[in-house]
Amino acid sequence: MNVSGISAPESGGLVANASPAIARPNGRAMDFCFRHLAGGMAALVGLLLIATLAAIAWDSRLSIHTFGFGFLWSSEWNPVTGQFGALSFLVGTLVSSAIAMLLATPVSFGIAIFISELAPRRLKQPISSAVELLAAIPSIVYGLWGLLVFAPAFAQVEPWINDHLGTLPGIGPLFQGPPMGIGMLTAGIVLAIMVLPFITAIMRDVFIMTPAALKESAYGLGCTTWEVSRRIILPYTRSAVTGGIFLGLGRALGETMAITFVIGNSNTISASLLMPGASIPSVIANEFTEATTPLYLSSLIYLGLVLFGITLLVRLLAAWMLHSMKRGTPLRP
Amino acid sequence: MTSTNASNQELPPAAAPPVPAMRIRVRALDFFYGTTRALSNINLDIPDQRITAFIGPSGCGKSTLLRVFNRMYELYPDQRAQGEVIVDGENILAPGSDVALLRAKIGMVFQKPTPFPMSVFDNVAFGIRLYERLPKAELTDRVENALRRAALWDEVKDKLARSGLSLSGGQQQRLCIARSIAVRPQVILFDEPTSALDPISTAKIEELMRELTADYTIAIVTHNMQQAARVSDRVAFMYLGELIECGDTEKIFTNPDRKQTEDYITGRFG
Amino acid sequence: MIGLYARRKLVDRISRVLMPFAAFIGLFFLAWILWISFSHGLSALRWDLFVNDTPPPGTDSYGMRNAFVGSLILIGMAMLLGIPVGLLAGTWLAEYGGQRRLARGVRFLNDIMLSAPSIEIGLFAYAILVDPLKHFSAISGSVALAMLMIPIVTRTTDEMLALVHADMRESAVALGAPMWKVISKITWKAARNGILTGILIALARISGETAPLLFTALNNQYFSLDPLRPMANLPVVIFQFAMSPYANWQKMAWAGVLIAICFILLLSIVSRLVLNRGTAKS
Repeated sequence: MNVSGISAPESGGLVANASPAIARPNGRAMDFCFRHLAGGMAALVGLLLIATLAAIAWDSRLSIHTFGFGFLWSSEWNPVTGQFGALSFLVGTLVSSAIAMLLATPVSFGIAIFISELAPRRLKQPISSAVELLAAIPSIVYGLWGLLVFAPAFAQVEPWINDHLGTLPGIGPLFQGPPMGIGMLTAGIVLAIMVLPFITAIMRDVFIMTPAALKESAYGLGCTTWEVSRRIILPYTRSAVTGGIFLGLGRALGETMAITFVIGNSNTISASLLMPGASIPSVIANEFTEATTPLYLSSLIYLGLVLFGITLLVRLLAAWMLHSMKRGTPLRP
Repeated sequence: MTSTNASNQELPPAAAPPVPAMRIRVRALDFFYGTTRALSNINLDIPDQRITAFIGPSGCGKSTLLRVFNRMYELYPDQRAQGEVIVDGENILAPGSDVALLRAKIGMVFQKPTPFPMSVFDNVAFGIRLYERLPKAELTDRVENALRRAALWDEVKDKLARSGLSLSGGQQQRLCIARSIAVRPQVILFDEPTSALDPISTAKIEELMRELTADYTIAIVTHNMQQAARVSDRVAFMYLGELIECGDTEKIFTNPDRKQTEDYITGRFG
Repeated sequence: MIGLYARRKLVDRISRVLMPFAAFIGLFFLAWILWISFSHGLSALRWDLFVNDTPPPGTDSYGMRNAFVGSLILIGMAMLLGIPVGLLAGTWLAEYGGQRRLARGVRFLNDIMLSAPSIEIGLFAYAILVDPLKHFSAISGSVALAMLMIPIVTRTTDEMLALVHADMRESAVALGAPMWKVISKITWKAARNGILTGILIALARISGETAPLLFTALNNQYFSLDPLRPMANLPVVIFQFAMSPYANWQKMAWAGVLIAICFILLLSIVSRLVLNRGTAKS
C-alpha cells in the first residue's frame, strides 16, 4: 500500500518535519502586508471623491468669498471689470441637457424595446453592440464632427425650422434665429447622440430582466407588442428606467469637449435655441488657460464646483432610483 | 488519551486495532452564524483509519461541523465557534493554534470539483509548494505519487501540462483528492464529494475512499443515505444543529437508539 | 368593438415602424460619424505625420509625432498609477470587504466617481499638482487620467472576483495557503479575463479623453519626454488644430481623429474577445 511513498499519518505529523519555517512566518507577514495594502488602496478609492470635491472647493475659495451665492444668479461675466456670475452658463448647461434628454429618451426607449422585444434573434446582438460603440467614440470626435460636418448640414435645415416651428404660437420664439448651424439646439442634438447609448443600455438590461411570465400572461390576454411594452414592461421597470435617464442626464451635464465645439461660446442668455450660448464645462475649457487674474481663475473653478454639485445631485437621484436594481452603471466594452 | 496515538503507530496500517484511536475529539461545541446558533453542544469522537459519515436533512449543520475541523468558517467574519475540538491533543479552537499547520494536517474535498486555473501538475504541486521547497525531481515524484494514490495517474500522465479545467468532472474530483493527499494530511474531510458526479465517477470515488482508510482518518458529509451505508464505518446523525446519535454504521441503519434517527433512515422525513 | 380593436391594431403597427426607426437613427449617426472620420482621416493620413513634430502657425510643415509619443507616455504613466490602485482596491472589496458596510460605502463612492464629469477630475489634478508646483506638467495629466481609470478597474475587478466560486477559494485555504497566495495564485488567475477586460475598457475610456488634459498636461509644440513639463498629446492637439483657421491643421486634426478611433475600436474588439474567451471557458 505504501509503495506510493505516502506514509501513514504519524502522530508527529510529517508536515512538522517538512521545514514549514520556510513558508509560514513569511505567509503571516505577507498576509498582513497584502491585506493592508489592498485595504489602503480601497480607502484611497473611497477618498477620491471627497478629495476631489474638497480640492475644487478650496481652489474656488477666492470667488466664493467675493461673490457668495449671488454668483448663481448673476449673468454678468466680465473679466475686465472682475465681475463674474454663473447664470448664463447654468442656463446653457441646463437647456442643452434638457434638449438632449427630450430627444434621447424616446429614441432610447424605442431601441431598447426593439432589441428586447421585436428584433429577430440574430439582429439583437449586432444592434446592441453598434449602439454601445457610440459610447466608445471619444467626445472630441463628436465635437469635430459636430462643428465641421453636422453644423453646416444643420444650417441648411434651420431656415425650414424658422419658417415652420418659428411661426407656432407660444413656442415660436424658441425657433427663430439666424441659420448658423451652431448654437444651443445643435449642442442638444449632439449631446442626445452621446447619451443615447448609456440610456439604451440600462433600459435594454432592465427590459430583458422583466419576468417572462409577466409578459407572457399579457400576450396571453391578446395584448399587442406595443401594449405589453407600454403597459407591462415600462411600469414594471419604471424606477430603473428613470434612474437610467438621470444617469444619462449626469453625463450630458458634465460633457465638455463636444459642447465646446458646437454651442457657439457666447455668454449671453437668448430666447432662441438657434442662437449661440455657453455651458459651464465649455466656458471652463475655453477660458481656463486664458484666465489672467486669480479671481478669474477662481471663478472658473467655482463654476466647476457648481457643476459638480449639480451632477452629484443628479447622480444620487439616479442611484436612489436604481436602488431596486442591483448596481449602478452598466460596464461594457 | 493522546498517548493512544503513539501506540497506534506501531500497528500495521492495514489491520486497524479493534478499538481505533480517536483522531478528532469534539467537546461542547457551539457554532454561530451572526446571532443564529447553527450547532449546539456537539460531543463526538472521530476514529482514526475509519470513515465517519455525517447524515441528516439539509440545514442540520453537518457541513458546518465539518468546516469547524479545519477552521474554514474563519473566512467569514460573522461566523464563530465555541467549545473544544482536539486534534492530536491540541485544541484547534484555542487562540494560539496555528491554522496553516492545522490545514496541512486536515485536507478537504468539496462538493463541486474545484480545480485551480492552472495545469494538472501545478494543481497537485500547489499544496506541496506551500510547505516545502523540493528539488524538481522530488516534486515530480510527489505529484506522481499523489496522482497514483488518487487513481488518476494513468488517465492524466500524458496531459500533466494541460489545464486542470480540461478534465472530466469525475477526474477533476480525483484531482482535488490528489491535491489534498499531496500535502500528506492525516485527516481528509469530504463535503458531499459526489453530489455533482455521475454514478460511475461516484463509484470510483467511493472505492478510492475505502482504499484511503488504510492511511487516513476520513469524515464525509453526505445527503445520500445509501452512500453512507456503502462507505462508512460509523455514522453520525444530525438534526437541527444537534448530534442525535452516533455509532457503528450497521447499528445505526438496523437498530438505532433514537426514534428520530429511525424516522430519518426509513424516509419518514427529510 | 371593431373600432377599438382596429385602433389598437393601428397603434401597434405604428409602434412596429417607430421602434426599428429609433434603432435606425442610432445606427445612422454611428455610421455617419465613422464614415466622416474614416474618409477625412484617410485622406489626411501621411507618413510625415509620424516623423515631424507639430508645426508653428503659418508654416506648411505636417506632423504630430510629439503628440503621438506624448499620448503614449501619458497613457502609460496613467496605467502605472491607476491599474495597481484599482486592482488592489477591487481585490479588497471582493476578498476582504464583501458585504460589510465599509465595503458598500466604498463601492457607492466609487460608482459615483465612475460617472463624475472628466472636467472635474481635471480641475482636481490642477488643484493638487499644477497649482502648487506653479506649472503644467505631463505627470499631472497622467494623474487625472489614472483617476478616470481607477473607478472602472476597481469596479470590474470587484465584480469579476465576486464571480469566482467560493469553493475555489476555500479549497486553496483548506490546503493551508495564506490569503495573499490564494488571491495572487488562484482567484486573480480565475478572474483574469474579466479583470483584463476592465483594464481595456478603462484604457479605451482615457485614450480619447481631452477635457482633463487641458488643465494639466496642456500642450507642447515641441518634442518632450520630461514628465514635469507640459507635454503634447493627441486629444489636445486635435482640439487646437480643429479650432484653428488653417486648412492644413484641420486636416491633421482629422488624421489624429482617425488614429484615435482606430486605437479605441481595436481596444473594444480585443476586450470583447477577451471577455468572450473567458465566458466560453466557464
